[in-house]
Order: sequence, then C-alpha cells, then structure tokens
Amino acid sequence: MSDGTYLDAISAALLHEMDRDDRVLVMGEDVAGPFGGAFKVTKPVAERFGESRVRNMPMTELGFIGAANGMALMGLRPVIEVQFADFISTGFDSIVQFAATAHYRWGGAVPWVLRAPADGNLRSGPFHSQNPEAWFVHTPGLKVVAPSTLADAYGLLLSAIRDDNPVVYFESKPLYRALKGSVPGGDAPVPIGVAEIARPGSHCTVVTYGAMRHEATTAAAHLATEGIDVEVVDLRTLKPLDLETVTASVRKTSRVLVVHAANRLAGIGAEIAATVADVCFTDLDAPVKRLGGLDVPVPFSPPLEDAYRPSAATIADSCRELCAW
Amino acid sequence: MELDLLVAYRWMRLTRAVDDAIRNLWLTGQGVGGTFNQRGHEAISVGAALCLAGDDVVAPMHRDLGAYLVRGMSPRRLLAHQLGRATGVSRGRDANIHGCGDLSLGIIGFVSHLPQSLPVAVGAAMAFRHRGEPRVALTFTGDGGSITGLFTESLNLAALDRAPVVIVVENNQYAYSTPIAEHSANPDIAARSRAMGVDAVDIDGNDVIAVHRAVQAAVNRARDGGGPTVVVAETMRMLGHAIHDGFEYVPDALLERWHERDPLTLLENRLAAAETETDRIRAIDDEVGVVVDDAVAFARDSPWPDPGEVTARVWATGPGHE
Repeated sequence: MSDGTYLDAISAALLHEMDRDDRVLVMGEDVAGPFGGAFKVTKPVAERFGESRVRNMPMTELGFIGAANGMALMGLRPVIEVQFADFISTGFDSIVQFAATAHYRWGGAVPWVLRAPADGNLRSGPFHSQNPEAWFVHTPGLKVVAPSTLADAYGLLLSAIRDDNPVVYFESKPLYRALKGSVPGGDAPVPIGVAEIARPGSHCTVVTYGAMRHEATTAAAHLATEGIDVEVVDLRTLKPLDLETVTASVRKTSRVLVVHAANRLAGIGAEIAATVADVCFTDLDAPVKRLGGLDVPVPFSPPLEDAYRPSAATIADSCRELCAW
Repeated sequence: MELDLLVAYRWMRLTRAVDDAIRNLWLTGQGVGGTFNQRGHEAISVGAALCLAGDDVVAPMHRDLGAYLVRGMSPRRLLAHQLGRATGVSRGRDANIHGCGDLSLGIIGFVSHLPQSLPVAVGAAMAFRHRGEPRVALTFTGDGGSITGLFTESLNLAALDRAPVVIVVENNQYAYSTPIAEHSANPDIAARSRAMGVDAVDIDGNDVIAVHRAVQAAVNRARDGGGPTVVVAETMRMLGHAIHDGFEYVPDALLERWHERDPLTLLENRLAAAETETDRIRAIDDEVGVVVDDAVAFARDSPWPDPGEVTARVWATGPGHE
C-alpha cells in the first residue's frame, strides 16, 4: 500500500486486473498514452500496457460501447471509460437494449465494465455533473456500483471486472483527488451487492452512497456533539441492493433518512424508502425521509449548485427532525 | 470456395419453406404475438452465410432466416422459438426471430434496434484481430439501417481498426412503409460507405451466385488482414414489414417486376441451364417438406415455459443463473 487518492485507487485496480488477466482491455475517448484520459485515470495503465490494451476510441459512445458488446461476447473483458457519466446518454441503446438483455434472451454473456465519472460540486454545469445511476438500476440485466472510499474504488472495480455481467461503475469526481488515504493493492476484491456500515449509531440511520457518504459522516460527527448518534449505511452497490443491511439498521435505530446527490424524484432513495416502509413498518418511530438533488438540471453557479444538492448541513437538519419524533 | 448450386438451393428452399410455415401458423391463428417474413431475401442470407468458416460469427437480422439455418440452428428450435415454447432458442424469452442467438453456432442474437448489430459485429472482429485469430464477423442491416448514425460510427470504427468484418446491407427498397427515395437523400449506400473509409460493392441480391462471390471475396480479404467491406445487395421485400402489415403502400407493378426475379426461380433456371436433373431438385423439395412438417409438429407439441422460470437467466452468474 502507498498513500494516494481515490483516483489512484481506480488506476491501481486497472493495473492489477490487467496484469492478472490478459482478456482485460481499456477503451474510451482520449484514454491512451501519453494523454491518459481527461482525469488521467488511465495514464499509468497506458504507460504500462500500451496501445494494444489501452485503446483510444472516436467520439462515438453508441458505436464503441456497441463494439465492447461484441468484444465481450467474444471473450474479452473491456473496461469502457465514458469521459463523463453525462455522456452515457449518447451510448444508451448499446447499454440498455443490447448488453443488458443478451443473457436473459439467449444466453449471451456481456462481461464489460463501464466506468462513469459522475457527480458534481465542482462547478461544472449541467453536462459535467450528472448522477444518472437510476436509469441503470431501472434496467434489468445491469449491475450498478458506486464506491465512496479508496478500498471500495479498488475492490469493487476488481469485482466488476471479474463479474460475468455488464457492470456500470459510477466513480465520484468530487472524491477523485479530494479523498486521500492508503491505495490498496493485491487481491482485495469487495463483493458486489454488500453494503457497509460506515459509522455505527443508535438514534437514526442515514442510507447513502458516493460522495454523500462523506457528507453524512461529517454530519454524524457534528450531531454526536449534540448527543444524536447516527448510523451511516453506505450502499456501495446500487444493484443488486443490499436491503438486508438497510432494514437491519432501521430495525435497530427506528428512524431513517435516505440521501443521494442524484435527483430525489424517482431516484434510488424512493425504492429504499418504499421498501423500508413496507418491511419495517412496525419498527419505525418516524416517517421515512429522503434528501436528494432538486428536479432541475444541475446548475453551474456556486449558490445555485449548493442549493441544488444535499450537504452535511441539510443532512444534519433532517436527522434532527427525525430524532425529534 | 466454389458455391455448390444444389447446396445453395437446398438452404434457400428450406428457408422459404420455414418462412412459409411461420406465415401459415400466423394466418391460421396459431401464432403468438407478431412475426416477420423474409420472402425475397433467401439468396442474400444463404449466399452470405455459406461463405463463413466454422469459427466465424454472424449477427443476422429478421430477414436472415437462411443464415440461422446455414449455421446449424434447427428448424425445430426456430419454430419452437417463434411459438414461445420451452424448447425454443430463447426458451420463451424473446419473440419471433429476435434473440435467436447461440454462440456455440457462432450466432449473435439481435435486438429490434437493428443497427445495434453493426458495432457488435465490428467489436467481435476487433476481438479477433486483437488476439490474432483468423476469424471473420458477418452482419446484416437494411437500407433503413444504413442511414443511422450507428452505421456511420460502426464503419468508421471498422475502418480505423481494419477489423475483419463484412457488412451486408440488404436494400429491400422499403424501411417499413417508407421507400428509400424518401428516407435517404443519397440512396447510394456503397458511396456513403466508401466515404467512411470502407470498401463497398453493389450486387444483385436475388442472385445467390453474385452474393456468394462478393461476400466470399470480402470474407477472404477480411481474413487476410484487408479490413472491412460493405456489400450492398439490391433486393425487394416481397411481403409486409411484419405479419400484420397489409403492404398496400407497395405498387403492384414493382412487386410484379421483382416477382419475376424471385431468387429461387432464378436459381432453378441456373440449375436447369446446368442440366441438373429435375428429379434431384424435386427430391430436395420433398426432403425439405418433411423437415418443416416435423419442425411445425415439434413446435406445436412443445411445452410452454414454466412460469417459475421467469426470473432465471437474467444474470450470467450468481443468483438466477442456471
């Protein structure tokens, strides 16, 4: 292990898997050396493996994700980088129509990983800040992960590459260089479909993922000084959802807030809230609450973007409301 | 590889007969959902598929019944698939001829968004090239598919990679009810392909010899590292877009003109000119009739899928995987 960033952990996972398995190759816009990608995630990968396994693609997501479908059917394991998660829409058919359905329909396995740099708070405006994960959770046949720590960024990418299904891997741009720690190494996969208790607590549960995990733990640390003990559940995988960990936590605390940076309307939080209301009805001492982005395009100007997305402050306010019941 | 005309005739006759059997099932109320016919396309699908080697792959569309048959998908499985039975290719999960994929036969199943097969075939070819395997991918699209962005994107990728892929464009004059003159500002598909950096040839899609000659040359070139080719095969869809389609938008005179150029009739004339004994042709017709009757009976008598299986096979491994 060495010190580094969340971004370094993603690069390290690519290096590890490409060393381990020569079926793995990286493809995307501007990913090859010496440029190494818009965020430089693939720079060390391109330096080690060269152009045959780190392949620049033209600006045609629909076409090159479709080509990845063909490569995966023929036994390769492409790791596709879409430069920003916002650009996934350009490649939508190749993901949701072909890749997601092939195995159910006729047994064709499409084992690729689509790396999608997502989320905002970087003052990047409507087309470089989106969190489109709900589209893919709503699509049968795709797995969806959203790591929020260096260990998960590394370990979930290992698992995603080894999975025999198409996996959409949402990486958090606001954490890329801001989140520092030990960069994992070696064979340390994190299983897909298992949530993590990011912080144990007894008074209320915050269910979240991605960069919002850190907003939630910040809020929890602050609330501890007020005598409110918050448990933070980091989903880590959005499909398949680990609802057992969520409901077990709610049974313990009897109060729950679901938080994500993506639009609240019809987001992942709605599914979790509905499930909790159904399964934990008699355990609840307060209404199930949700915080999420507003139902607007992600705005650019700092006061507008701050008003758009949840934060440690709004999470803390919501926890106080919950615990007043 | 020289085309054996009797072999081609057998596959084309079988294709026509299976297609007619499907049509008959639907017209007599025995079908499930909708379906598609391919009448008029036999020379293209059979002639092209006969050019492939055993470990090549093909991504056919809904007019390419002949390609499925030539690659070894049995009429029994195809008809059971059409009727949504447990014994069909997709075991009841996909309809008509969609989703008839089977990698053990080198067949990739298509989605309704037909040009999706183009980048998939290009990607398969890129995988072959990446591993240095002497394999080729073949796919098909239509005149309608040829005006999509995905056609342009796929040709560009194929040309950049010199991918060993052959793309057959079946110009059957209509995208559903819209004639090519109304959907393509430049109806010269070969010229548009060349503009993207891919070699292209125009052929008579009703002449199986012409189809085989052009596709075989393209397959050989791809296998030898020469890169992709587009083969534009001129033909006519002789029935509606789908079984429900009354087809009233096609002028009778146009259909009559193409009827005279029916691919099976053209091939029979060739066989007669080559002094092939009529008995040998009729023997093939008889054998095909028996095969198709058996397949129809098999499909009709096959069990429906178990409703308990509805969630099975979503995932390639893990829960739900068989």
